[in-house]
Amino acid sequence: MSDVVLAQSTPVTTEPRLTRHILIGAVLVLIMVLLFAPLIAVFAEALAKGWMASVGSLASPDARSAIRLTLTVAAIAVPLNAVFGVAAAWAITKFDFRGKAFLITLIDLPFSVSPVVAGLCLVLLCGANSSLGAWLIAHDVKIVFAFPGIVLATMFVTFPFVARELIPVMVEQGRAEEEAALTLGASGWRAFFTVTLPNVRWALLYGVLLCNARAMGEFGAVAVISGKIRGETTTMPIMIEMLYNEYLSVAAFSLAAVLAFLALVTLTLKSLLEWRHADLLAATRRH
Amino acid sequence: MAFGGTAPAHAQDKVEILNVSYDPTRELYRDYNELFAKWWESQGHGTVTMQQSHGGSGGQARAVIDGLDAQVVTLALSADIDAIAQKTGKIPADWQSKLPHNASPYTSTIVFLVRKGNPKGIHDWGDLVKDGVQVVTPNPKTSGGARWNFLAAWAWAEAQPGGTEETAKAFVHDLYTHVPVLDSGARGSTTTFTQRGVGDVLLAWENEAYLAIIELGADKFEIVVPSVSMLAEPPVALVEGNIHSPGQKAVAEAYLEHLYSPEAQAIAWKHYYRAWHTSAADPKDVARFPDINRVSISHFGGWAEAQPRFFGDGGVFDQIYSGN
Repeated sequence: MSDVVLAQSTPVTTEPRLTRHILIGAVLVLIMVLLFAPLIAVFAEALAKGWMASVGSLASPDARSAIRLTLTVAAIAVPLNAVFGVAAAWAITKFDFRGKAFLITLIDLPFSVSPVVAGLCLVLLCGANSSLGAWLIAHDVKIVFAFPGIVLATMFVTFPFVARELIPVMVEQGRAEEEAALTLGASGWRAFFTVTLPNVRWALLYGVLLCNARAMGEFGAVAVISGKIRGETTTMPIMIEMLYNEYLSVAAFSLAAVLAFLALVTLTLKSLLEWRHADLLAATRRH
Repeated sequence: MAFGGTAPAHAQDKVEILNVSYDPTRELYRDYNELFAKWWESQGHGTVTMQQSHGGSGGQARAVIDGLDAQVVTLALSADIDAIAQKTGKIPADWQSKLPHNASPYTSTIVFLVRKGNPKGIHDWGDLVKDGVQVVTPNPKTSGGARWNFLAAWAWAEAQPGGTEETAKAFVHDLYTHVPVLDSGARGSTTTFTQRGVGDVLLAWENEAYLAIIELGADKFEIVVPSVSMLAEPPVALVEGNIHSPGQKAVAEAYLEHLYSPEAQAIAWKHYYRAWHTSAADPKDVARFPDINRVSISHFGGWAEAQPRFFGDGGVFDQIYSGN
C-alpha cells in the first residue's frame, strides 16, 4: 500500500521545496476543515450544557440500548464477515474455476449498491408481502423490523471489506508456499492455518477493523429495515437522528460523540498496527 | 378451562404493545404512555410496556404493511390506515366507526411558521407564491402533514372569488415551484426550516409550529394563521391482525379508548393539539388557539376519494410536480 511505501521515505519527486510545502499545507488545511472541524463540532455540541448533561443523556435507557444494540450487531456481523471474507479470498486466489470473475463482481456488489436499496431488497425479500416473509411469519420468525434484519443489512453492506483487503495480498503471494506445504505432506487445513493465514494476518486485521468501523456506523440500510422501534431496533446512528429530530441536541451529539470515539479507537488501533508492524506489513505485502 | 376463572390479564403478566405513529406526536405519546401505564396498573392489571416508532405517516403505514408488528397505529390521516386495512386485512374496513369522532382523539390544523418579524410579509396562502418566497413542506407521497398542507392550499384557492378546480390546480402548481426541498416527514421539514435555515415559511402542523417555537425560541419564529385551513383529524386504530394474546388485545383496546379520557385529552391540549374534552385541561392550553376557518376532509369527499385523486399514481400532485 502506498502509505507504507511512503514511510520508507526516499524522495520520489524533484519539485522545489516551496511547492512541496504549499501542497502539503493545502492538504493539511483541507483535512482540518473537512475532517477535524466537524468532529470537534460534534464534541463541542455534546458538551454544550456541561459534562453532567452529556453523561446523563448517555445513561438514559434509549441511549444505552442503542449502544448495546450497535455493539452486538458489530460483534456478530464482523466475525462472520471475516470468515466469509477469508473463505472468498482464498477460493478466488488459490483456485481456478469458472465464473471467478463473476464471483469477484458479486463481492463488490455491496460497494456499488446504495445501502437504502440493500435495506429495501431485504424488506421485499423477507417482508410480510413476500412468500418467504409469509412463511417466516407463519413460523414465528422475525427478520425484518427486528434484530436479525439489522444484522443481515449490516453484513450485506460490510461484506466486501475483508475480502477486498485480502485478495490483492493473496494474489501477490501466489500459491508457491501452499504448494510446497502440500508437497511436504501437510493437509489442506494445516497448509491454510500454518502458511496462508499467517501470511495475510495483518491484511486480515486491517480489513476487520475497517469492517467494524463501517458496521457500527451504518445508517441507510438499517434505517429501512429497523422499523425505528425506540429502545428496541434503534442502533446508534438511528437513535442519533431521532434525538436530533426531537430537539434533544445534547443527547444526540453525546451519542454521536460516543460513535465517533469508537471510530477513533478503531482508527488508532489500525495506526498502531501499522506503526508497530510496518516492516512485517511491508514484507507480507511486497512478498 | 376445568377450573373456570378466566381472568383476562393476570396481575403479574407483562404485556408489550407497539404504537406506530407519525412524526410530530413524539412528545404527546411520550407523556401519554406514561399516563396510560400508571392508569393501567392502578386498575389492578399487570405492568405494561409501550414501544414507539415515529416517522412520516405514509412511510410508517408502509412499514406496517411490510410486517412491522404494530398493535396500534396512530397516524396522520385515515388514508394511511385505510391502506393498511386494504393491503393486509389486519384492520377491519369499518375501523373508523369503532371509536368516537371518526377515531380521531384530537384534531389539528395547518399554519405557517415564519421567521421573526415576518420579513417577507406572509399573511395568507396567496403570499406564498410571491417572487422570492421559499416554502418548506414535506413530500405528500410519504408525509401525512404534507397532504393536509396541499389540500389546505387547494381549499383556499378554490374559495377565492372566481375560484375553480382549474385555478386551484394552477395555484398549487405555482406553490410547489417555490418549494426548494421535499423532506419525507413533517419533523424533517421542521428541522430543515428551523435548524438548517432553509426557506421563508414552513407549512406545519399547528402543534409542530408551537413546539418549534418552544424548543428553539420565540425570538426566532412566529406563527401566521391563514384565512382558510384544514380540520386535520389524525386517527387511531387497533391492528387486530397483529394481536398475539388476549392480554395484548385488552391493553391495546384500552390504550386507544383511554386517549379520550379527560386526563389524556389534557395532555393533547398541552402538546398543542385541539382535543375534544376540556374538563381536565389547563384553560390556558385551550385558550391559546385562535379561531380558524377549518375545511373538513368531507369537502373533498373523504380521504377514500381525495387520496387517489390528489396523491395516487398519476394524481394531481404527480401532474403538477412533474411539471416543475
